[in-house]
Amino acid sequence: MQYVEGEKEEILSCVEEVLSNSAKDRENLIPILQKVQARLGYLPTLAMEKIASGLNVPAADIFGLATFYNQFRLNPPGKHEVKVCMGTACYMVGGDIALESFERRMGIKEGETSEDRLYGLERVACVGCCTMAPVVVINEEVEGKVTPTRVDGIMLEFEDMEKKEAADKQQGEEGGSQ
Amino acid sequence: MTKEISITIDDKTIKVKPGEKLLWAALDNNIYIPHLCGIRDEGRPSAGCRLCFVEIEGSRHPVTACSKVVEAGMMVRTRSPRVDRLVKTAFELILSDHNLKCGSCPANRKCALQKIAAERGLKLTRKRFKPLQRDFELDDSPDEFAFDRSRCVLCGQCVWADREEAKVGAIGFTRRGINRVVTTFEDLPLADSICTQCKLCVDACPVGALYYKKDAKK
Repeated sequence: MQYVEGEKEEILSCVEEVLSNSAKDRENLIPILQKVQARLGYLPTLAMEKIASGLNVPAADIFGLATFYNQFRLNPPGKHEVKVCMGTACYMVGGDIALESFERRMGIKEGETSEDRLYGLERVACVGCCTMAPVVVINEEVEGKVTPTRVDGIMLEFEDMEKKEAADKQQGEEGGSQ
Repeated sequence: MTKEISITIDDKTIKVKPGEKLLWAALDNNIYIPHLCGIRDEGRPSAGCRLCFVEIEGSRHPVTACSKVVEAGMMVRTRSPRVDRLVKTAFELILSDHNLKCGSCPANRKCALQKIAAERGLKLTRKRFKPLQRDFELDDSPDEFAFDRSRCVLCGQCVWADREEAKVGAIGFTRRGINRVVTTFEDLPLADSICTQCKLCVDACPVGALYYKKDAKK
């Protein structure tokens, strides 16, 4: 994943601050990763490398830990974050079909973020409303009975939102220049 | 020098150093116990391969020999119906996601799995568990060796060699459960990682996962 402008500096200052406020001990690795992720939204390569050299731990171990626990993510969150439920009930009524539809429409695989950071796709295990299966969580809002057609609808809503935002931005710029 | 203690394994009384782990005490005295992940110098063994089970008199359940420290007067049996059953299941589980094309494997005839199968009369086939073959990309980026993860048994011998002998830290365990693999930081090919290609990991591999390219079979 490419870093956006100014992101590298942000990562470096974040890691430096977190490391300076924690004991440089391997035992502290999980809290350190948690703090860095809380600030950056994910664990970028650069951050893992800096933490590795700061704690004198092989970078491969940090990568091992970050891939072991579900709470850590290696991709930046997308602007539109979609979580597809793969709990038993959702899976039974076609949650995997919804996931596949999202993968196709977004052009990414589960757990990934699109290159423009517009879309993020994740799988989760039960959001607690099995009667609405299959369930997806869109930007923290729960949506039930998600068929492939509904996936198309959701994606169109995203696209409309983006178009509207772009138009508003352009209008704002025009207004500003007058 | 500390006094040696005597223990009995399969009716054979042997003298061992106190503090020694049972697995190594047995192997030093030509008593075979299957093992994959055991590392002699490792203070706290991972005991992950579940193959070195033995029965110890007075102990309710079979224990892993690699993690059991010898005690004076210990009475050990390397075989029992319970042990055989545990070892058989563990072995079958290891085989369930192992690339079993032994004929084209560079470790054929010197493979630790083949040795265990021969010693314990186990078959190198899959019957009970569904085969789990995944598509791994062969990493042949290093000059003299290659890494085929479809043959990896996750014993950790290469990771130990990389960390404790070579002191590099290029490879490690990543991911969880059935997706667990030995890999580099960010899954880079070995040649692009901090790997120094010292080949200690290749020598440590008990199966054909890390192998010399000159030994590869077409």
